[in-house]
Amino acid sequence: MARVILKQVTKTFHSQTVVKGLDLVIPDGSFTVLVGPSGCGKSTTLRMIAGLESVTDGEILIGDQPVNHLPPGKRDVAMVFQNYALYPTMNVYDNIAFGLRNRGYSKKDCRTMVEEIAEVVGLTPYLKRKPSELSGGQRQRVALARAMVKKPQVFLMDEPLSNLDAKLRNQMRVELTSLHKRLGTTFIYVTHDQVEAMTMGDQIVVMSEGTIMQVAPPMELYREPANLFVAQFIGSPAMNVVPADGRAEHLWGFRPEMAVLLPGGASADPAEAAWSLGGTIVSREILGSDALYHVETERGRVVVKAETETMAEIGARVLVSVPLAHIHVFDRATGKRLGRLEGRTRNHSLAGGVV
Amino acid sequence: MRKAVAVQEVANAQSAGALPAARFVIAERIRPYLYIAPALLFFAVFFFFPIAYVIYLSFHDWSLLNLEEIEWVGLDNFAALWEDADFRQVLANTFMYTLATVGLGIVIAFFLALWLNRRARVYGLVQAAVFSPHIVSLVSVAMLWMWLMDPQYGLLNALLEFVGLPAYTWLTDTKSALVSLIVVSLWKGVGYNTVVFIAGLQSIPRDIYEAAALDRSPWWRTLVSITVPMLSPTLFFLLVINTISSFQVFDTIYIMTQGGPVNSTNMLVFYIYEQGMDFYNGGIASAASVVLLGMVGLLTLLHFRLMGKRVHYR
Repeated sequence: MARVILKQVTKTFHSQTVVKGLDLVIPDGSFTVLVGPSGCGKSTTLRMIAGLESVTDGEILIGDQPVNHLPPGKRDVAMVFQNYALYPTMNVYDNIAFGLRNRGYSKKDCRTMVEEIAEVVGLTPYLKRKPSELSGGQRQRVALARAMVKKPQVFLMDEPLSNLDAKLRNQMRVELTSLHKRLGTTFIYVTHDQVEAMTMGDQIVVMSEGTIMQVAPPMELYREPANLFVAQFIGSPAMNVVPADGRAEHLWGFRPEMAVLLPGGASADPAEAAWSLGGTIVSREILGSDALYHVETERGRVVVKAETETMAEIGARVLVSVPLAHIHVFDRATGKRLGRLEGRTRNHSLAGGVV
Repeated sequence: MRKAVAVQEVANAQSAGALPAARFVIAERIRPYLYIAPALLFFAVFFFFPIAYVIYLSFHDWSLLNLEEIEWVGLDNFAALWEDADFRQVLANTFMYTLATVGLGIVIAFFLALWLNRRARVYGLVQAAVFSPHIVSLVSVAMLWMWLMDPQYGLLNALLEFVGLPAYTWLTDTKSALVSLIVVSLWKGVGYNTVVFIAGLQSIPRDIYEAAALDRSPWWRTLVSITVPMLSPTLFFLLVINTISSFQVFDTIYIMTQGGPVNSTNMLVFYIYEQGMDFYNGGIASAASVVLLGMVGLLTLLHFRLMGKRVHYR
């Protein structure tokens, strides 16, 4: 187990800087998820920690030891790759044992360790098989076993679930989190899927264009996004952002699940401090228990998540009502979140008068 | 009466209907053969028939000078070949040449490919340079090397003299002539092998090497345990192709040595040519052709049997 520290880490490829001076502390034993859209530099950051990419500038410390000049094998890290990177010509046993042999373990020790780990991940019946004879899930387990058997200080995972089908992905998500709890080792996990990040990580690092947007636990990211990017990246569907009332330099954001859809003729509950916006339903996505309503308003199109029982029809005039406590205020120029509207007085010029 | 007529009509209708159905089944069975018939005909005329005909001719005594007289001699031609010391030397030369050109050709190309499998432009240029002998006509290559290996005016001996070494006999000595032909063959063939190896290397996913680096694999173990097994289809392909082409070497011998000096560079195809075209021993030439066919076939079969199972196809 070890913490990982990145100090002003920068990576430049052919004069293009893809990671821009990252400062990050990944606590010992944490499950840290680097999340962001494609090309944000999350995989490059992970590969720099692994030693598969050189660091253009800055310093990486694993367990307080600078590792910039150490080769990947000497950093005491193990990595699970997106497409597993198993050795196709070796069987499962040799795939797992390869790293142990290179570390000088005896044949007997190798056998004991491989058999133990195969038992843990349920691969015992498949030890003689080649990777091509395994299913996607089994290959994933081989990749995990290969990483686990080395008992590294840090586990690095580069979108390891992206090649699995939805059902298996959900199952593996649960297995990985319980594996992390059991091992207690530092996990650094890269994904572009915010659902994966929210469900697995205990610390999430949201990245965009080579910089860190916010580092926080999942619920803090959801409740208190630091800026517009995080607000719109975390949460599904994304946060609605509309021009603020009265102040042109501000934007307001509210989550689709925090808004309430009222019939067009109704007026918002005066007892509740809420802001209302009239509009017309232009489309509807039924998800099962919930439905997403796309409402065209004078402030632009917004999405409201409501229970299916509401069942408003397309074309209906509705009132979108959002409690003031759930309205986030952002600076239009910087995108930085300034706070919530909670406690502010309601703007009567708009409330109930739109529809 | 009316009922009987109706029954007869039904029977006629059924038999009339049955006939087209039978025809349809036959047509369906023939149809696939019709599709492949043109290709089959081509192979039959240009491949199977010549092979069968040369086997037939190998049991006869005949000459290009008089194709009318063809006499059945059974296995006499093969017995004559077996007793011919020249032919035994030809076989030894062919094996030696094949072993050296295939073995060295593959090893040199493999290491060249490892070296050249990089992205910088200079490596691309070297790749092109190494490959260029492959696209040059073999006649030109042979002429060029004859000049290079000329004992008096050749560049190679001039270089040897320049560094203070004695001149080498190259093509003029029985001990060095075969080696000289092997050098020419390697120079011509290594580029092709290298390019094929580079293509094979480039098809190996990079992340496998990254996983090996994280597994602390030293370079030689990565080479032996990952690169070579991953290249096994390429290796197998080159082994079979190079073996067959080495057995069929002719042009360089014809231009550079004419099989000499003293039969030291004579090999199977040139021997067949000599027997058939120069000495008009059609029967012997045919028998030697059958021996060549058998040996190439056997070696290819051996390659498939011994190595085929170890080849990893992705």
